[in-house]
Amino acid sequence: MSTAVAQKRGLGAMIWDYLTTVDHKKIAHLYLVSGGLFFLIGGLEAMIIRIQLMKPDNNFISAGLYNEMITMHGTTMIFLAAMPLIFALMNAVVPLQIGARDVAFPFLNSLGFWLFLFGGLMLNVSWFTGGAPDAGWTNYAPLSTTSPGHGVDYYVMGLQISGAGTLIGGINFLVTIVNMRAPGMTYMRMPLFTWSVFVTSTLILFAFPALTVGLFLMMFDRMFGSAFFDVGLGGNVIIWEHLFWIFGHPEVYILILPLFGAFSDIFSTFSKKRLFGYSAMVFATVLIGFLGFMVWAHHMFTVGMGPIANSIFAVATMAIAVPTGIKIFNWLFTMWGGQIKMTSAMLWSIAFIPSFTIGGMTGVMLAAAAADYQYHDTYFVVGHFHYVIVGGVVFGLFAALHYWWPKMFGKVLNEKLGKLAFWPFFIGFHLTFFIQHFLGLMGMPRRYWVFMEGQGLDTGNLISTIGAFLMAIGTIIFLTNVIYTSVKEKKVSGDPWDGRSLEWSIPSPPPHYNFVQTPLVRGLDPLWVEKMDGKEGMTPAEPLGDIHMPNASILPFTISLGTFIAGFGFIYQVDDPVWLIAVFAGMGLTLGSMLTRSVKDDLGHHIHKEDLEEDIKKGAGK
Amino acid sequence: MADNTHSKPVHQREFEKKQHREEMKQQVLTFALMILFTLIAFGMVIMEINSYFVIPTLIILAVVQVAFQLYYFMHMKNKGHDMVAMMMYGGAAVAGLTIITFVSIVWW
Repeated sequence: MSTAVAQKRGLGAMIWDYLTTVDHKKIAHLYLVSGGLFFLIGGLEAMIIRIQLMKPDNNFISAGLYNEMITMHGTTMIFLAAMPLIFALMNAVVPLQIGARDVAFPFLNSLGFWLFLFGGLMLNVSWFTGGAPDAGWTNYAPLSTTSPGHGVDYYVMGLQISGAGTLIGGINFLVTIVNMRAPGMTYMRMPLFTWSVFVTSTLILFAFPALTVGLFLMMFDRMFGSAFFDVGLGGNVIIWEHLFWIFGHPEVYILILPLFGAFSDIFSTFSKKRLFGYSAMVFATVLIGFLGFMVWAHHMFTVGMGPIANSIFAVATMAIAVPTGIKIFNWLFTMWGGQIKMTSAMLWSIAFIPSFTIGGMTGVMLAAAAADYQYHDTYFVVGHFHYVIVGGVVFGLFAALHYWWPKMFGKVLNEKLGKLAFWPFFIGFHLTFFIQHFLGLMGMPRRYWVFMEGQGLDTGNLISTIGAFLMAIGTIIFLTNVIYTSVKEKKVSGDPWDGRSLEWSIPSPPPHYNFVQTPLVRGLDPLWVEKMDGKEGMTPAEPLGDIHMPNASILPFTISLGTFIAGFGFIYQVDDPVWLIAVFAGMGLTLGSMLTRSVKDDLGHHIHKEDLEEDIKKGAGK
Repeated sequence: MADNTHSKPVHQREFEKKQHREEMKQQVLTFALMILFTLIAFGMVIMEINSYFVIPTLIILAVVQVAFQLYYFMHMKNKGHDMVAMMMYGGAAVAGLTIITFVSIVWW
């Protein structure tokens, strides 16, 4: 880092650096910026939805545009905002927590990011080319197979491309955690964040293929005239629902588990205690991951699967409340008797516990199959999943960003502004979504673009919209905080929170090889173990020597760009075969780049011992 | 290379030799079994035995062959393959669950 700062470089050089980087820390920045951008776009769509539902019979937007808004809000928030922001945290933190110099496959890491970004861009291009997808984020057939225009085609191609990126990222982290842990870092000494990323990556590995298959079937139905979901030709629409939810339910655990891990690290750091019930927490995480695959059909209770299937899935769903309950209690016991420091990160984490628990309780209510016939497709469901996703995932992202911001950028986010952002968001969140449970119980259906006057729904919807504006204010204050911090705040040391895990044993932001010498791990919370022994920093596990690092490469970018171009070709070849040129050009670029990668030897480079000694004098060892 | 063989103690070399012999024996045995299975499979179809018997038998033979392939030829029986095994069985379980679902509640 120090050498990079010393040489003043132009903007062009910096852009080239980010286009070609394979450094997990820079890829984390890329994920953070693009995920943040999509989060704002998704938030804007949410605001438009809430303005439309502010008063009865509103005509702020048309019915068709409303369908596009709800579809894109859901799809953007899940695939293009929450997942990349989680990947930003994974990239920034996991290699540091296990004492590795990079991920197992740095080239694939970069490829995963660019595929995600191009997939996300593709999905959003649809706004400007005659209509976004409008069949809901679940894209149920036959609504999706019969949707006119190219909106749903964009959904299919965009998610296929970004899904490939996510799958690559997941496999990469699996291999990294299995193979690249520092000496002494056994599985049962891994920080909970790393553990949850491990389980999450397994879920990605097993769940995303179901989505890939579903999207391929959908693509062939829409573009090449097959009839997988066409009942008239012997197809079956329920196949899509099953495939989607076999992926979709593990997906919600993919979203929440990494943040469960982040909360565990935050609670233990700011309570100055080791995590209560570490092994129970690991067990609960694995169990949630396992059960996450057994429950997908609870999204489909009203489809008519019959009482036996419904009962099995209802019971399996309720069972998930047990490991989740273990986690909630362990977090409470971690804080119990600890020296609690109320930082912004801690504030978001503590607010998460009651908010998420409410979402969990409505989850058990929804899991009761018989009762679900009443709740299904009402605002009760909308209230429930926003309580778990916003109260769990978004609160978690804010908490984790506050916590790891100094590690990523070398500066602590301003605490006053951090707390100022929290309160309007927290109050706004409960204002928006709590009332929606009651709107749902009163019979207000999901996905309707208007509601009528005089049905007792007016006040509730108005309150909900006011809450949404408060959340927007909170988000704007957070963004202000980011800018304010980068301009005004001073650099801090590598360990501003008196941390416990390995990432706090190195400077902030870390040098690009992370650890001068691979650390020796002597227990759970390795840095804390050394601190308690009165040592400064970790004991090295190897002598000072040359470090082997991977080279930067533009190929991941060109591979992804090729799929992006080919995607447009696939969508529009239905109208005019001339577009097949784009398919061939795009696939040519992708496959050509892959070929280049295979035949060209890239052995990486070494950082020499002399340069490392220079860096140590500047403080890289601490 | 010559140095390498000389530097190893005699009992070490003998132990490894024995190991290799054992390994070789297992591989040849499995290979022979797999050929036998293939012959049985083809033979059953050629002799036009009742398909209610042939189909399940073929599936069982196929599963055994895959297991031989993975465990003997691809060395999954050796140490250090726990994570690989876990991932493969996990994936197979999810795929199996999907098939069961489709057969039992979608197409039934």
